[in-house]
Order: sequence, then C-alpha cells, then structure tokens
Amino acid sequence: MTAPPAVRTEAPVPPMGAQGFLRWAWRQLTSMRVALILLFALAVASVPGSILPQRGNNPLLVNEWLAEQPTVGPILDSLGFFDVYGAPWFAAVYLLLFISLIGCVLPRVAVHWKALRSQPPNAPRNLDRLSAFAEQSVNLSADQVIADQSARLRKDRWRVRTGSTDETVWLSAEKGYWRETGNLIFHLALVLVLVAVAVVGLFGWRGNVIVKEGSGFSNTLTQYDAWGGGRLATADTIPPFAFTLDDFAVEFERSEAQRGSPRLFEATVDLQRDPLGPIERESIEVNFPISVAGAKVFLVGHGYAPSFIVRDSTGAVVLDDDVVFLPQDGNFTSTGVIKVPDSSPQLGFQGLFLPTSAIDDIRGPHSVFPDADDPSVFLSVWEGDLGLDSGIPQSIYTLDTEGMEQIGLRALIPGQTWDFGAGEIEFTGWQRWASFQIAFDPGKEAALAAAVLAMVGLTVSLFTRRRRLWVKAQTSAGGSSLVQAAGLSKSEAGDVSADVQQVWDSMDESRQEERQ
Amino acid sequence: MTSGAAGMELAEASNAFIYATMLTLTIAMVLFAASFASGRRPSTAKTVAASVHSPGSESSSVAVLDRDSDRPAIDSGRRLANIGMSLTWLATGLLTIALVLRGVWAGRVPWGNMYEFSISSAWGVLVVFLALSLRRDLRWLGLFVVIPALLTLGLAVTVLYTEAAQLVPALKSYWLVIHVSAAIICAGAFTVAASTAGLSLVQSRMESRGRSFSGPMSAMPSAERLRTFTSRIIAFSFPLWTFSVIAGAIWAENAWGRYWGWDPKETWAFITWVVYAAYLHARSTAGWRGDKASWIAILGLVTFLINYFGVNIFVNSLHSYAGV
Repeated sequence: MTAPPAVRTEAPVPPMGAQGFLRWAWRQLTSMRVALILLFALAVASVPGSILPQRGNNPLLVNEWLAEQPTVGPILDSLGFFDVYGAPWFAAVYLLLFISLIGCVLPRVAVHWKALRSQPPNAPRNLDRLSAFAEQSVNLSADQVIADQSARLRKDRWRVRTGSTDETVWLSAEKGYWRETGNLIFHLALVLVLVAVAVVGLFGWRGNVIVKEGSGFSNTLTQYDAWGGGRLATADTIPPFAFTLDDFAVEFERSEAQRGSPRLFEATVDLQRDPLGPIERESIEVNFPISVAGAKVFLVGHGYAPSFIVRDSTGAVVLDDDVVFLPQDGNFTSTGVIKVPDSSPQLGFQGLFLPTSAIDDIRGPHSVFPDADDPSVFLSVWEGDLGLDSGIPQSIYTLDTEGMEQIGLRALIPGQTWDFGAGEIEFTGWQRWASFQIAFDPGKEAALAAAVLAMVGLTVSLFTRRRRLWVKAQTSAGGSSLVQAAGLSKSEAGDVSADVQQVWDSMDESRQEERQ
Repeated sequence: MTSGAAGMELAEASNAFIYATMLTLTIAMVLFAASFASGRRPSTAKTVAASVHSPGSESSSVAVLDRDSDRPAIDSGRRLANIGMSLTWLATGLLTIALVLRGVWAGRVPWGNMYEFSISSAWGVLVVFLALSLRRDLRWLGLFVVIPALLTLGLAVTVLYTEAAQLVPALKSYWLVIHVSAAIICAGAFTVAASTAGLSLVQSRMESRGRSFSGPMSAMPSAERLRTFTSRIIAFSFPLWTFSVIAGAIWAENAWGRYWGWDPKETWAFITWVVYAAYLHARSTAGWRGDKASWIAILGLVTFLINYFGVNIFVNSLHSYAGV
C-alpha cells in the first residue's frame, strides 16, 4: 500500500462536527500508519491461539485447562481465548484491516487507471536537481538524439512522450506500471481470499466417523460420530455414498531410531458412489484422500477394537461385538467401555487395551509399542443400572457408574475367559478401526485461485521497478548537442542510475557511426 | 532407507562432511572477523565520471552512479576476506555433499526432522548469501552470515541430531519437497535480511555520532544502503514465503482434510507473513522507513525462529516432527 503522500496526510487532532469527525476517522483508518498498527495488532492477536488450547483443534485439552485453572480459566473463556480465531475481537482486527485496505486501494485503482491511460509527465525544469543526473556533449543533432533515444526506449517497452520547447528537444519516459498494477491486484485478491474463505465456512461441513474393519458406513447425518457445518450448511448437500472398510494396514518403525513412529496407514474400502452404483475398490491413505461427489474422504486416525463375548449367569450370549477403544498415547494404550444392557442386572465394563503390554509401578499397565505384538485387556466389571433409560444421551466411551457397583478386576489375553460370578466374558481377539473425516468445502478452489492471484500480483509488483527517465538535448554550435539525462525511481529502494547510464552507453555507438 | 554396513558408511560420511563444513566455516569466520576488525574508511572518494554527480543521495531512495561505494576499501583485510569467501564456497559445497549423502542414506529428501531441516537451513543461509554475492561485493557481510550458519549447524549436531529414518505417513508427499524447499530458501533469506537489518541499526547509530567515526563499521556500507539491501532481500523472500504458506495449505487440505486450521505452526507462519507485510508497509511509510523498519525485519526472523524451535519442541502441534 505505497500511497501518494497527499492521500496519506493526517490531521493530528480530530476536527469538530460529526461529518468532520467521520471524515477524519476514515482518513485515519485508511492511512498507512493505521494499516501498519492493524497489521501488528493482527500478529499479536494471533499469538494466544497458538499457546492456549483451542476448541476447534482440541476441545478435550480446553476442558482440562479449564478444570485446572478455575479462576483464570472462565475469565479467558468468556473473552474467547479458547476460540481466538472465531472471537469478536479477532474479527474486529481483521475486518478493520480489510476496511482500511479497501479504503486505501479503491481510490488508488482510480488513480492508477488514469495513470495507465495518460502520458508520462513533463520533465522538471532543472534536471540536475534529480539524484541520478548526467550531462554530456554529443556529436549528434538534438533531434537525432531524442529520436534515437525514444526509439530505443520504446523498444525496451518504455512509455515515451517527446516534445520540444525553443531550442530544447526532450523526451520523458516511464516504465514499470506493473508495479502498481500487481500491488493493487495483490490487495484486491486478498479481499477475494477473505470472501472465499467466509463462503467456504458458511456452506461447508465436515463430519467424523469411526469404522471398524469389516463394517460399513453410509453417508447420512445419523451415521456420523460428529458432524458440524457452517451456518448455511444443510444435510441436503451430503452425497449419498457408502463404503465398507475392507482392510486397514498399519506399519510402525521397529528399528531403534524413532521406534514406534508410524510408517504406513492404508485403508482399503469398497466404495459405492451412489446407492444404485457399482462397488469400486479404493484405497485411502494419509495425503491421498478420495473424492466422492464433491466431498472428500480423508483418513485421519486409527485404533483398536478388542472383541468380546459376554454370557450371563445362565450361559446365554448377551453381547458379541468388537468394541471401539480410543487411543490415549502414541503407543495406543486405549480405553473403552462395554455396556451390556440385555443382561439382568445390567453389566458394564471399563477397559484398558494394550497392544504391546507392559506394567510398572509408576505408570501401571501401559503399552510400549503401537502395534499389537502382545495384546491384553485390563477390565473392571460393574453390575447395576447403566442409566440408559434416563433419557439423557450417553457417550459410548464412558460408563455412568452412579447406579452400579464394581464386582471385579482382571487382566486377560486373547482367548482367555473370565468368570466374574454374575456371568463371564471372553476376550476373543481384536480388530482395527479407522477414523475418517468427510469434508465438503464448496468454493475452496476459488480461495486457492484468489491466493495464487495474490501471490502472482505480489511477485510482479515486488520484482518490477517503476521509474521515470528524462532526456533533454540542445543543439549547440558545430552540429553537436548538449544532452542531459536524469531518472527518478518511483519505487522504494529503486535505482535508476543504470537507466541513465544506458543513455550514454547506447549513444557511444551512434557517435562512432557519426565519425566514420 | 539404505540399510546395513553401506548405510552406516553413508551416515558416517554425511556426518563427517558436516564437521568438515563446520571446520571450514570456522576458519572463514576467523578470516572475515580479522578482515572486519581491520576495516578502515576508504581514504579517497572515488568518482565515476566528472559529469556525473549525486546530490542528496542519502536522503532519497535513489541509489546513484557511485556503485564503487558498494565496495568498501578493506585494504589490508581484503585478502583475508577473499580467502573467507572462497572458504564459504567450499563449505557450501561440503554441506551440499553432506545433505545429498544424508538423503541417499534415508532414501528421501533430507527434510524429515529438525536435524535435517536445520542443516538444510544453514545451507539455505549460505546459498542465499553466495547467490547475492554473485551480483555484488558482499565480503563485508561474510562474518554476519557465517556466524548464524555456524550456530545453526552447531545446534543441529549437538542438540537436534537424529538418526535418519523413514518419514511418517503425513510427510510422504511431493508437497514436502515444494513446501519445505521454499521454506528453506526463506529461512536463508530472512536470516541474511536480519543480519543486514541489524548492521544497519549499528551503522545508523554510528552515523548519528557524526561523520568522522572510525573503526570497523566505517568500512561498511552506509545505513541507508544496508536498509535498501535488506528491503530487496525481503522483497524477494516475501512472495516466496507467501508461496510456501499457500503450498502448505494445499498440502494440509490433502493430508488433514482442511486447508487452514490455525494449528500453532500455521498460526506462526501467518504471524511471520504479517510481520514481513508490516515491514514492506513500514518501508513506504514516512517515519518508519529507517530504524523502525529494520527492527521489524529482525522481528520477522524472531517469529520465524519461534515457529521453528518453539512450536516444534514445546507446543502440541500437528507439525511436531522434531524427532528429538
């Protein structure tokens, strides 16, 4: 936003009167100094969101933080510090910045439009006052010098205007209009980016779902574990596709360096793009999502689902299922809950699944490697009322033990059965599950296009130097002439000395021609 | 990943080349320092052509036809600085070999963890400096580029060293090459720009003491020239940083299902972008063009470093690939 100084002059004191004040305020807001302050404010306002946990990224961590800081936590929360980028004060900063930008750029578009269609300005009376100036006597007529120079400059894509006053023939030339053009494109494209991002936010939605190996998912709202969208997002835009997770392959680093780091995740799915369509085999990997009818399916996580069979005291099977356990650490120490509502009294289990089991005094039972090399489960069984009939929705990952009584605690390895008196539970093995994010972001291509346009405009602007060049020639006695040349850089850190030098360099040859 | 004895040889060779680079750079640093310490104000002002003059060159933004003042006369120290430059070229060659060996050992581009990114950044600093030195005499800057490069390498081998390993799935993408290579060149350019900005602040203080100051700084370019040089480097690296951020957003969309999620790494990349945008605005705002702008250039590098060290090590981020 390099501004002509005239536009950017500031009244230090607000004038009286509402209209005067408004004009003053507008001039302040669109001034470069205020733009600079707003840029700093934006940078500073962004910082807390990178230090404090944010609801959008990590709601669990936010709740932990709030629990640990009962005094400061709620104050920060009410000020929006756990959702900084959606907070009104953050929006105020960037909206003010964009208003300032628009208020600054639009008038400059008009000015530049005029400049693009006008001729280079007259030469200053005294060229020698300009910083890059040189003069020399040349063995050519003044007309010839100016004709040669304007031909050369036009060839180099300068805009050239020539004229003569009394005995002086002159030319004025300007080059580098793209500097301002690119600059304006950059700023206007930033506005487009903001608009496109806002539109994506309004209409877009994303949902998360956990799918066990061998299980299926069909894309309807009710199937999601979590679904959220912008204000104008509706379930109508959910394309009716379905898939079955056929296989989920995982590999972890086993060598000493970075042991346990993930090396491969690959989900193989049987995909049906619409209810009547054929079944296609697709693979979804990190970095390689699949696109279905405008939505994208991403692989975002995985975990274990240990398999259990529960029998009641009569020996009847009351549960036979793979239960999704959620990983708690990098080695996939996972926790989960088994609810058996169909036995009498009802049974509930809190469980810990360890893919590679270890136990020590400090950490208790935990996993030491993310792959299932030596799996085991630690179960505690509860008897009583699961509270499912209370009407309050329950998480499938927590057990409400209010109406229950703990009746036992036991570790099991695959194939083992534990008779806990009121029934028995068999740990038959485990399966993997994968979690997918399904995202619909209409208009994100427009945001990308605007961002690329901004980058191109910026690059063109910063790599173009806008400058003016004037040459004056005055015929003196004997057919030679006195030539003055001067340049003026219109861009910051510009250097026009080379352009001035070029005037002489190009003339050396013509002088030699004259001598022949 | 190349395994077995051949792999270990590659790893050891890569490390050996890193140490050779550091040794070479240390000698270069001593020579540059000696050259700097022996700096004198040029005894005779050079004139290009009698008819060319340059009034008020300090106050205007226009550089004038006195290009020779880009080359401060270092006289006695000149030879030392020449050897320093040659050694810097040699060190950059050695570091390039070290990076290539590391890449061959790991079987991928050597940008998978903080150790690798640090030695790549040191490489970026040296390459940006040498590339700029092809167009102008930058012997005066050598010392202030070799020091950050050496510090980065020293930190890499002592604190951040990690055995080469395969990439985690999230990094397995050609976007790694695009996104990170741009970031490495930016790291180099931002570092060089911060060095020249810092020098311009020192020089500006020297100049305010009076025209006849002596000592090493008297042989350095004027504060105005240093500021102009800084702004040119940033004018080059700011679009590149914009590109790096956009490439990162495209990659994030592919890997995580959203192009921008205010992950701490993204937030700080944004902050860096905003600070350098502020720098460019400051350069064309009356009252901000001078020392204030130079401070902003330094602040820009600080935010970049916070993003690199702070977010990688201390913050729970999707970008935590430090491997330390």
